[in-house]
Amino acid sequence: MTTLTKQQQNPAARARRPKAAQPARTSRLRRLGDLKMALLFIFPAMIGFVLFYLVPTIRGVYLSFTEYSILGDPTWIGIKNYTAMLGDELFWNAMGVTLQYVGLNIGFQTVIALGLALLMHRVAKSTFIRGALLLPFLVANVIVALLWFWMLDYQIGIVNEIINWMGLPRIAFFGSEQWAIPTIAAVNVWRHMGYTALLIFAGLQSIPNHVYEVASLDGASPTRTFWSITMPLLRPVMVLVLVVTVIGSFQVFDTVAVTTGGGPINASRVIQMYIYQKAFGESDFGYASALSVILFLILALVAFVQMKFLKGNESDLD
Amino acid sequence: MKKTIGVAAAAAAIALSLSACGGGSTASTEAKGEINYWLWDANQLPAYQQCADDFTKANPDIKVKITQRGWDDYWTTLTNGFVAGTAPDVFTNHLSKYPEYAAKKQLLSLDDAVAKDGIKLDSYTKGLPELWVGQDGKRYGLPKDWDTVGLFYNKAMADSAGLTAEQMANLDWNPSDGGSYEKAIAHLTVDKSGKRGDEAGFDKNNVAVYGLGLAGSGSGQGQTEWSFLSATTGWTATDKNPWGTKFNYDDPKFQETIAWWAGLIEKGYMPKLETTVGASLADNFGAGKAAINTTGDWLIGQYKSYKGVETAFAPTPKGPDGKRASMFNGLADSVWAGTKNPAASVKWVEYLGSTACQDVVASKAVVFPAITSSSEKAAEAFKAKGTDVSAFTTHVEEGTTFLFPIADKAAKVDGIMKPAMDAVLSGKKPASSLTEANNQVNDLFK
Repeated sequence: MTTLTKQQQNPAARARRPKAAQPARTSRLRRLGDLKMALLFIFPAMIGFVLFYLVPTIRGVYLSFTEYSILGDPTWIGIKNYTAMLGDELFWNAMGVTLQYVGLNIGFQTVIALGLALLMHRVAKSTFIRGALLLPFLVANVIVALLWFWMLDYQIGIVNEIINWMGLPRIAFFGSEQWAIPTIAAVNVWRHMGYTALLIFAGLQSIPNHVYEVASLDGASPTRTFWSITMPLLRPVMVLVLVVTVIGSFQVFDTVAVTTGGGPINASRVIQMYIYQKAFGESDFGYASALSVILFLILALVAFVQMKFLKGNESDLD
Repeated sequence: MKKTIGVAAAAAAIALSLSACGGGSTASTEAKGEINYWLWDANQLPAYQQCADDFTKANPDIKVKITQRGWDDYWTTLTNGFVAGTAPDVFTNHLSKYPEYAAKKQLLSLDDAVAKDGIKLDSYTKGLPELWVGQDGKRYGLPKDWDTVGLFYNKAMADSAGLTAEQMANLDWNPSDGGSYEKAIAHLTVDKSGKRGDEAGFDKNNVAVYGLGLAGSGSGQGQTEWSFLSATTGWTATDKNPWGTKFNYDDPKFQETIAWWAGLIEKGYMPKLETTVGASLADNFGAGKAAINTTGDWLIGQYKSYKGVETAFAPTPKGPDGKRASMFNGLADSVWAGTKNPAASVKWVEYLGSTACQDVVASKAVVFPAITSSSEKAAEAFKAKGTDVSAFTTHVEEGTTFLFPIADKAAKVDGIMKPAMDAVLSGKKPASSLTEANNQVNDLFK
């Protein structure tokens, strides 16, 4: 799903290299030859990219300016979809609900995953335990959602049976407005924390041991070592993990679709659910496309801000 | 050289994928080949498989492939099929969905076939064939079955509460105090210490058995939830039916009905809306958590299948107008306009709507077929199984049915009414808030 890349060379060193090569003329010729070769190799991937990403994206942007019910032809209506969005209470509600979900999901998931990664790195060295942490991620999203939906059921769910047995009132986890989003967020934290921990764990392993040795020689406390060595050196990986998980989190859909379906009332109608309902429920593909474009822009902005301010493409290791 | 081959192959692939989107090809006029047929109710699958086998026996050139899909997947898969050109040739259609498909020209008009093959429309139960005539005056389906709503109650619970079958069959209701219907519900509600809902000291926060079960808020139709009550006040959902363009959710008669119904939750006679998420009304009844359920006759089989629970049926209560009421919903089979085999498809639809097939369906005692004589056979088949279905047939005999509200933009109306009704039923907003929702709904038609 993701690849971990880490650039350890600084830009200056990279820029110096071509200079040491041959005279400029031949190098340019060769580069032109390289370009042809490169294009040849890129070509198969380009077909896929153009057919399955570029064309649908451009078409989606086009459809966002139309009224389109999928059966029939789209009619151009300019920016009407976008102006309608401004006054659409359900859209703003969906954005609010999604933000609430992302906050809960990312907050808990990142902190728990970091803790697990540290445990994997320092304490639990057995492959079995490390593997077990990843188990929830190996189960399909919809299955996880259905499993929890059943376990958290108001009447027959085991969780409510336990709560009842302890003498506390039953909780309508998916049924009440207050609980729906926190419950969905918790289910997804449970599924993704092992995977996120694995990513962070990989980052921890790339921190050279000698830095820790020097720290312990200087008598740094474990807390101090964590905040002054582990966290700064882990930053590029953490940024990557955050960018990927935040984008994934904004796109939450399956868990909502198989459990609450957006309800009760509008309490868990996240933006993807709203897009789906507009498009496939109400055949309003133009408006749904406009919503998707807005979501795309938001995600691009979020990723950009994260990369920019957390300096995700630089490392302190050099 | 290699490169040019690659480019050519890519171009060919693109051309292929583009042409695949086109879908439509020349339609054959001969009635032969394989046709696809979809339905959503798994309980009815065996009956229709039998019909398909009989049909192929009589028409060896035509094979029918039946696919069953659950209600939720059914409609999205169908819509996607219309676009992709892979929709079934013939499918079971619903009154809330067909207006949009007809408007988008996805359904084949059956008028020519009805005229040419001499289909007797008056053999169907009165009112059903007219439901499938679209706004443009064309016929888009042949009726296959009908359904009405009734009270499903736990006989053992009614017995121990001292309510006889006769009393249950003669309940009355009004929106101000709920009449004997509410009294029965209250009396059938029992809290954890054994106190009944109408006794002093009843603890509404610790209810063991609810008098009335709750499936959901019923959105804008309330087919099985509240429509049988609101209709007895003289209220109708739209200004005219079918093809109404003005909705009446702002009518005090409607809002009073909903307020009374939602009030049962506050009184502790009906479960909270939040507890219904993911729950099944029927299963909670089977587990003895509710004494009465209001639901449709298509679930008779399921309610009869619960072990250790004897389910009895009573007609819906009489309302302020002194009459009962039940929404009358009917399904039909439609032919997709894009079918490559219209002749065979129409032939299959005609067979589905014929006495031969509907008698087969009747013999399985799962639903009431649309043809009156077959419907009577179904009632006998139910009787042979020991089920008295008079609670459902009485509406047809006495003419106390009213039609499912057929209107354009049903999905959008639902998108507004579902959250609005949920909000009222969960106690978050008063019933008067439905006026605002009604304005939104009516704006759709401006």
